[in-house]
Amino acid sequence: MIGLLKNDRGGQIFLILLALATLLVPLLNLLPADNPLHLTTYTVTLLGKYLTFALLAMAIDLAWGYLGILSLGHGAFFALGGYAMGMYLMRQIGDRGVYGNPELPDFMVFLNWESLPWFWYGFDMFWFAMLMVMLVPGLLAFVFGWLAFRSRVTGVYLSIITQALTYALMLAFFRNEMGFGGNNGLTDFKDILGFSLQADTTRSALYITSALALGLGYLACRAVVNSRLGRVAVAIRDAEDRTRFTGYKVEHVKLAIFTFSAVLAGIAGALYVPQVGIINPGEFSPLNSIEMVIWVAVGGRATLYGAAAGALMVNYGKTYFTAALPEVWLFALGALFVLVTIFLPKGVIGLLQRRRSGS
Amino acid sequence: MNALDNLHQTMRRDRVFDFMLQTRNLEVDLSHGTILYLEEISVSFDGFKAIDNLNLYIDAGELRCIIGPNGAGKTTMMDIITGKTRPDSGSAFFGQNIDLLHLSEPDIAQVGIGRKFQKPTVFEFHTVFENLELSMAGDKRVWPTLIARLDGEQRDRIDQVLEIIGLGENRSQLAGSLSHGQKQWLEIGMLLMQNPKLLLVDEPVAGMTHQEMDRTAELLTSLAGEHSVVVVEHDMDFVRSIARKVTVLHQGSVLAEGSMDEVQNDPKVVEVYLGE
Repeated sequence: MIGLLKNDRGGQIFLILLALATLLVPLLNLLPADNPLHLTTYTVTLLGKYLTFALLAMAIDLAWGYLGILSLGHGAFFALGGYAMGMYLMRQIGDRGVYGNPELPDFMVFLNWESLPWFWYGFDMFWFAMLMVMLVPGLLAFVFGWLAFRSRVTGVYLSIITQALTYALMLAFFRNEMGFGGNNGLTDFKDILGFSLQADTTRSALYITSALALGLGYLACRAVVNSRLGRVAVAIRDAEDRTRFTGYKVEHVKLAIFTFSAVLAGIAGALYVPQVGIINPGEFSPLNSIEMVIWVAVGGRATLYGAAAGALMVNYGKTYFTAALPEVWLFALGALFVLVTIFLPKGVIGLLQRRRSGS
Repeated sequence: MNALDNLHQTMRRDRVFDFMLQTRNLEVDLSHGTILYLEEISVSFDGFKAIDNLNLYIDAGELRCIIGPNGAGKTTMMDIITGKTRPDSGSAFFGQNIDLLHLSEPDIAQVGIGRKFQKPTVFEFHTVFENLELSMAGDKRVWPTLIARLDGEQRDRIDQVLEIIGLGENRSQLAGSLSHGQKQWLEIGMLLMQNPKLLLVDEPVAGMTHQEMDRTAELLTSLAGEHSVVVVEHDMDFVRSIARKVTVLHQGSVLAEGSMDEVQNDPKVVEVYLGE
């Protein structure tokens, strides 16, 4: 691990800041409410949500920045991970639902379903749900990537079909017959692993878990990028044909990294859902996936920590603007993307690096 | 009808199914002294016959130059050998035993055919050293690549190639910042790292100064013998300086073959190409 970060100044700074935030935020939350440094539980959860977005952005950066695959459908993998977690949380409700059915979640009782559909089996077990959090997005990415990369679909065309993928899933999940709660999605969660989701300590624990996942995700991505496979990925990004004639199976490399990226997105989604308390088909909306790409562009592509920083900055901006000036937010987001593309092609991190090497 | 033809192709009894072919660690059989057989190859794009009943044989260890006017099918021929384009008919064998028409581009690279593109193509955001490292022969599947580490012997090999292509001092420079001629050499170096039996070199001296051209000629002649080298080139001075045997392509098939002098005095060749 030391070797991994030896020449990675940005990564060292990123991990140190992350470690500090992991410790400080829950501690400040423990302070009495009248203390000026006190952080409300609401803020802790908000920050935890940002951290899951940061992990998602990093997953997108791995595919986009290093492999050159601009996925406009990573929201789908994020949402699928979220749904897998949501299904576990639904099963944990037990007979405390509005209808008090010990076996069926409320929306199934409402739809007059007699028994649990087969694809809900096993989700009452935490380990099984966690396995699905990684397996379902990974499998979808694998099958999708297998078909797309084998047909040598690249560039804009690939971006468009990833967009279609997430849109199709959104339409499917909106349907009640799909068995995932339709329009309303999954919500009204009570507890996770026996701990109440409303408790401050659970919220802090989820925040810390998200921070750890982000840190570990960073190390895993950095290990991939620093390996020879990472260099092959960059080679594919810059000269795909050359890489092929060098003897690398370009499709396999793309498939491996794209699938890994989707799994990371799924994990991020699974951590997101218990913190916001709901997952619905809106998460699949194409607009969401485009917004995620903007986070990465703003932070800086092909840096990993830049993507994470971009996600944190843009989402802080979003929280601020949608509260203070709700009608301005979408314009601000659009303007941000245009300005960054024109003036900061390497994002905020690129700007900092230029400052450093300039002085 | 077409489906039936396909079925017949699939059921041919003189050939095993593609998926049963062992492509990894396939060793090329050179027992007859010929490394490349192209026989009766034809390919057309939208009715235009880019290659028309082409027959070409390359001996092991040979340095062959291929010349011909624009549109003679030189690059298409390379595309067929490296698996980028599939011919409509004909056969292409590497040595006695490897059927090139049933292998993918990476597999063809792995059995020992290296290709240099017309436009120098290197990995611009990698250093010169990394470019060579990535090209190195070895197991190029996903997992072995992920855990690959350079050992001392491999470092020595990279240093050796850096020496051959004269880029020792540029080893930690980004390939994108090299001059045009240096990129050409780096690409040749990348081919050498692949340790191919057959090198296909498309216009290696395009855009080079005379000095650079001389060095390239030296480099290519030194490679022949241990490797077979096929050079496609427009520059006649350059061809004259390296060629032992020249093949003239015209309208997708071989017009003449022989030493530079023979070819130059061939009236057919004079008519279509050199006489202009």
